[in-house]
Amino acid sequence: MKVLRVRDIDRCIGCYSCMLACARLVFRSHSVVKSAILVRTRGGLQSKWGADICRGCLDAPCAEACNTGALVQRPGGGVIFKKGKCSKCGECTAACIVRVIRLDDDGYPIICAQCGQCARICPQEVLAMEEQKGV
Amino acid sequence: MFEGDFLRVLNIDLSAGTFCVTERPDLKPLLGGVGIAAKLMLETAAWDKAPLDPEQPVIFAVGPLSGIFPLATKVAAVFRSPLTGEWGESYAGLRGALAMRFAGYDAVVIKGRAARPAYLRIDRNGVLFRDARGLWGLDVEETGRLLREFEPGRGHRSTWRIGPAGENLVYLAGVNVDTFRHFGRLGLGAVFGSKNLKAVVVDGTKTYPIRDPKAYNAAYEAVYREVVGKPRMAKYHQIGTAENVMRLNETGSLPTMNLQAGRFSAAREISGETFGEKSLTRILACTGCPVGCIHIGIHRRRHPEGFGYVSSSLAYDYEPIYSLGPMLGLDSTDKIYALLAVIEAMGLDAISTGVTLAWATEALKRGVIGEKETLSPLEFGEEKGYVTAVRHLASPPNAFYRDLAKGLAHAASRYGGEDFALTLGGHEMAGYHTGYGFLLGHTVGARHSHLCNGGYLFDMKHGADFDDAALIEYLIAEEEWRNVLNSLVVCLFARGVYTPEASARALGSIGIPTTPEELNAAGRKVFRLKWEVKRKLDYSLDSVRIPKRYFETPSGTGRLEPERFERLLQLYRKRLAEELGGSQ
Repeated sequence: MKVLRVRDIDRCIGCYSCMLACARLVFRSHSVVKSAILVRTRGGLQSKWGADICRGCLDAPCAEACNTGALVQRPGGGVIFKKGKCSKCGECTAACIVRVIRLDDDGYPIICAQCGQCARICPQEVLAMEEQKGV
Repeated sequence: MFEGDFLRVLNIDLSAGTFCVTERPDLKPLLGGVGIAAKLMLETAAWDKAPLDPEQPVIFAVGPLSGIFPLATKVAAVFRSPLTGEWGESYAGLRGALAMRFAGYDAVVIKGRAARPAYLRIDRNGVLFRDARGLWGLDVEETGRLLREFEPGRGHRSTWRIGPAGENLVYLAGVNVDTFRHFGRLGLGAVFGSKNLKAVVVDGTKTYPIRDPKAYNAAYEAVYREVVGKPRMAKYHQIGTAENVMRLNETGSLPTMNLQAGRFSAAREISGETFGEKSLTRILACTGCPVGCIHIGIHRRRHPEGFGYVSSSLAYDYEPIYSLGPMLGLDSTDKIYALLAVIEAMGLDAISTGVTLAWATEALKRGVIGEKETLSPLEFGEEKGYVTAVRHLASPPNAFYRDLAKGLAHAASRYGGEDFALTLGGHEMAGYHTGYGFLLGHTVGARHSHLCNGGYLFDMKHGADFDDAALIEYLIAEEEWRNVLNSLVVCLFARGVYTPEASARALGSIGIPTTPEELNAAGRKVFRLKWEVKRKLDYSLDSVRIPKRYFETPSGTGRLEPERFERLLQLYRKRLAEELGGSQ
C-alpha cells in the first residue's frame, strides 16, 4: 500500500486545495482546520511553503502510544483510526515524531487516512502516493 | 450562514472599545459580499459627515461561497471614499475570505475612532482591541512581520494593515492584505488612518460540517475541473495579468506617458514575458484557488555601497506595471520594481500613485507647477525622482503634496492641467485606453473602475463598429451580474466559470436553493442599493467631465469624439433612470 509523499514543494502555490480536499472528503467539514495535511509558509508569504504530512511510519509511534486500540498500524505505513475506541487522551499528539497530529474541537485527533485525495486534487503535482521504502 | 437561518454581522465600535454580533435573516436574499455591504452601508453611513469622520463605517463582507468553493477568495470592502466623496468599494484576495468565513462572520462593520493607535484581532470569540502605538509609523512589511509574531493563527489568519500613507490620511492609500494583495483603490487606507486603526488580523478556526457531502463534493469538483488545466484560466497562471502589456500595446490601448500616446516604445522590456524571464521566482494563489495568479518577482539590485547584491520580493501585475511603467515612461523591470517597492512600503495604491505622478510630470514640463512644488525633478523615464516623490506623497512635506494627497482631481482643480489629469469620476484611470466602452464604463460604474462593468472588454470584442444602445445594455447588464459575483464573493477571473447556472448549482449544493433568474434579480437589487447610497451622497451623472486628453490621443479602437461620448452618456443616463425607477 502506498503512503503520501511531498514530491516537489517548490511547485506549491499555497492554494490549500489539498487541505480543503482532506477536510471535505475525509472529515466532511468545510474548514481547513479539519485537515490532516497542513500546508504552511516557513514564516510569512515571502518565504517558501512547507507541507506537514503524516510520514507514514511502518512502525508508528502514535499507534504505540495509543492505549485504547484506536490507532493501529496500517500495512504499508501510517495508521488506521478507529474513532469509537478513542478516549481523547491526546497521547498520540505527543508521540508523533514529526508533530503533525492535532486535536479537533471535540478532542479527537485529526489522523491522515493515507487515502491520497490531497495528492489527487493538487493542481501542481506537489504531492504523490508512493510505496513506503522502509527505514 | 452555517450557524442558522441568518447572516452574522460583527459590529465594532472603536471609540467605545466594544463589539456585538447581530443575527440578520433579512440579509439572506442579498447573498453576501457587496450585496449585504451595500445594505449595511445604507443602515450605518453618516450621510452628513465627511468621509474621514469617525462615525463613518468600514464594512467588510464575504459571501456564501467564500472559503468553500474554488476561486471564492475575495473580501468586499465598502466605505465612503475620501477620494471621490461617494461610494467606495474595493476587493482583496489571499487569505482574507477564508479567515473571515471561519471566524464566523459574514460581515464586519467598524465604526468610531480609537483613542490611540490600535489594531484589532478578530476571531471566533469576537474582537480583541490591541494597542498599536509601537506599530504606528512602521511600513507595511515590518507591520506585517510583527503582527505575524504577535497573533497566533498561522495558516488560517489574514493580516490587513496600512503604512505611513494611510496614517497620514493620504486619499491614495490602500490597505495591504497578506503582503501581496490589497484593498487598493479609493482610499480605504486613509479611512483606517482616520480611525487610528493600524491593522486588522482575522483568524478563522471554526468548523462547519458538510450537510450534503454528495451534492457539495459534486458541485465543488465540477467547478474545480472547469478551472484547472483549462486554457481559459491558464493565462492567469502562466504570464499572469501582465500579459496585457503586449496585447494592449499592439492595439494602441496602453496609456503611455500620461496618455500622450497609446503605445510604449519599451513595451517589450516591461512586458509580462520579460518580467517572467528576468525576475519571476514563484507563483502564489489565494486560499482556495487552484489557479494561482500572484506572480512574485525578485527585485535584485546592487548593494548601495557596492558590496554584492541585496534583494526583495514584490508581486507584479498588469495594473502596477501599466501605472508605473508606460505611464511614467519607466522602461525596465528594475526601474518599476524600485518605484513599486517604495509604494508598497508606504501603503499607497499603485494605480492612483502612478497616474497622479504622470500628471505631475506633464504639469511640471508645461510650467503648470514648478520644482518648488514637486521638490524633486520629475521626468518620464527617470525613477529616482519618482521614488522621492512617492515618499513625499506618503508624508507630505509641503502644500503641493498635501493637495496631491487628496487625489489627482483635487490637485488639478487647484493647480490646473485638468485637461490631462486622467481621472474618471474622480478616480485615477485603469490602464485600458481601449475605446468608448472603457471611457464610459469607468465613468458611470458605481465605483468608477474598469471592473464595475468591463467596458474595456466590450471595446476589445466589438472594436469601433458597435451600436450605441448595445453598449449601454452591455454595461448595465454586466454591472448587475458582476454585483452577483461580488456578492458570492468570487474572483472576477472566474466569471467565465461562475455562470448564472453554475452559480445557482453551487449555491444549491450548500442548501441555498436559487435560480439564475433569482440571482439576476439580486444583482439588479444591489445595483439599485449602490445608487441609493450614491444619491444620498449627492452623486449624480450630471456633473461628469471628461479630460480632453481622452479625445486627443487615439484609443485602441480609433480616435474618440466628445460628441459621441456625450450621446452615449445621455443614453446611459436615460437607461439608468429607467433601471432605478426615478430621475437621474
